[in-house]
Amino acid sequence: MKELPFTIASFDTYLTERKVMASRCTSCGALWLPPRPICLTCKADQMEWEELTGKGTLVAFTVIGVGPMPMIDAGYGRDNPYCVGIVQVEEGPRIGAQILGVDVAHPENIKIGTKVTADFVERGSWHFVEEVAKAKKAYLAFRA
Amino acid sequence: MAQGKRRLGRGVAIVGAGMSAFGTRPDITNRELFAEAFTDMKDSVDKGFEHQDIEALYVGNCGAEMWESQSVMGNLCADIIGLTPRPARKIEDACASSSVAVRDGLIAIASGLYDMVLVGGTEKMTSLPINWTTMALACGSDTTFEGSVGFTFPGLYAAMATAHMEAYGTTHDDLLRVAIKNHSNGALNPKAHFPMTIKQVMEMRAAKAEEKGGPVPTWSDEMEFLNDPRFNPVIAWPNTLFDCCPITDGAACLLLVAEEIAREFTDVPIYIIGTGQASGHNLHDRDTLTSIPAAKLAAEQAYEMAGVDPGDIKMAEVHDCFTIAEVMAIADLGFFKEGKEAAVAAGEGKTARDGQKPINVSGGLKCKGHPVGATGAAQMVEIFQQMRGEAGERQVTATDIDIALNHNIGAHGTTAVVQIYERR
Ligand SMILES: [Zn+2]
Repeated sequence: MKELPFTIASFDTYLTERKVMASRCTSCGALWLPPRPICLTCKADQMEWEELTGKGTLVAFTVIGVGPMPMIDAGYGRDNPYCVGIVQVEEGPRIGAQILGVDVAHPENIKIGTKVTADFVERGSWHFVEEVAKAKKAYLAFRA
Repeated sequence: MAQGKRRLGRGVAIVGAGMSAFGTRPDITNRELFAEAFTDMKDSVDKGFEHQDIEALYVGNCGAEMWESQSVMGNLCADIIGLTPRPARKIEDACASSSVAVRDGLIAIASGLYDMVLVGGTEKMTSLPINWTTMALACGSDTTFEGSVGFTFPGLYAAMATAHMEAYGTTHDDLLRVAIKNHSNGALNPKAHFPMTIKQVMEMRAAKAEEKGGPVPTWSDEMEFLNDPRFNPVIAWPNTLFDCCPITDGAACLLLVAEEIAREFTDVPIYIIGTGQASGHNLHDRDTLTSIPAAKLAAEQAYEMAGVDPGDIKMAEVHDCFTIAEVMAIADLGFFKEGKEAAVAAGEGKTARDGQKPINVSGGLKCKGHPVGATGAAQMVEIFQQMRGEAGERQVTATDIDIALNHNIGAHGTTAVVQIYERR
């Protein structure tokens, strides 16, 4: 199989295969999620793909009733809020994602430190133009 | 390379400062808001100036493309104030747009290219339904990895608030006291979007409930009112409505000149003695979620250039787009220790107008309003007036303000600008 370039589109393609893929710097070994073409640590530009376990820990979160359009189009709102947070994956890096399986009606019960596992959701795209926004794509999420 | 060792090629002073009224301004466009600020600024220049001596214009604007379907704001602002054909440019750096515009104008004068420039910003934000405004603001996040996974602006700061609460035991009541303090300041600012104390808001809401014939709420104090979800709903937990700055229309501008000609325009120029700017990663790539690393770096540069310490700053206007943002700001600037000390500073009166370190005497973004592209310049307008003893009822009197600072964050900390001002 031809190796995909270290782009956001490749990351998205892997998500459709339910894979969480990061880029590892072949010079210094730093791991980047989402993948990056250039290493922030040593500035080298040679990367290799690495599949992550999808296990992680919640380090910060919020519960939102007034979301951006893709979340509204997905059915979220004041009466149906959602949780979104920052997850630290067990391999080290952090990423922002929707957090499923938590008590959004009682955010005070959601705990930082909660163990989560990667999940995959499909929603519309981020765009002001409706024709573009309605194109569905896969997003990384985590489930408590 | 130690960026803080850098010096300006020559000194730069503010000789005029003005702003439009902040608020919901349905019948006026971005450029007209800017013209209103310009007229106000003109009146503030003690000895006057020749319009044709303005050599260039730097205008901060975050999102006229979205809110007004209009780009090229620099040229439009130059046109409406009669500055064409002088070079004009728009600077976009989310909520720090106008601070970056001021800094770029400052650098142009310091370089020797110009002797006089007009700098500022404008933002018209109330023209879209709230869903689209939420979306427009979230365009300042990383829309690929933050906005599109569900983060809004109140949400990004809310996530930082949960990390702060977890790390330091900060409570939501600590945060609400920042709002109470800033509203008590802004109540004295005739240009503020909501010039009312929280107590006045509370009494107004109670009166409205009585008018409607419903049960009249009996809150014992502001905290009880703010903890009533019927009147202060959650926006992005733990951020409630009163943790968030309003959506505001407004503009502000300043006249900058080279130091050697400053006294041709006023006997009390305000010198910009330190300037710092840094950029930062998205939230997920930061080492910390309880501070804004770019703000610390910008502050270090500004302090070093100015040759002053946090203790020398007599007052500061800081970026309180959400209550947690002020708590982080006063720690990042070195005024208070990061954590509980910074979290309780407002509640303990330390950051009040008559406290040891007056913070946001204008009312801050929280009460004065946050027209994103104009906010940094508006902070400087307050500093200009306070340093010259022209702030009216809200004038800080406990101390002589000879050195002041502004702190303006772009987005959730992907840009930060800190500047230090001196009256000699
Ligand atoms: Zn590397």
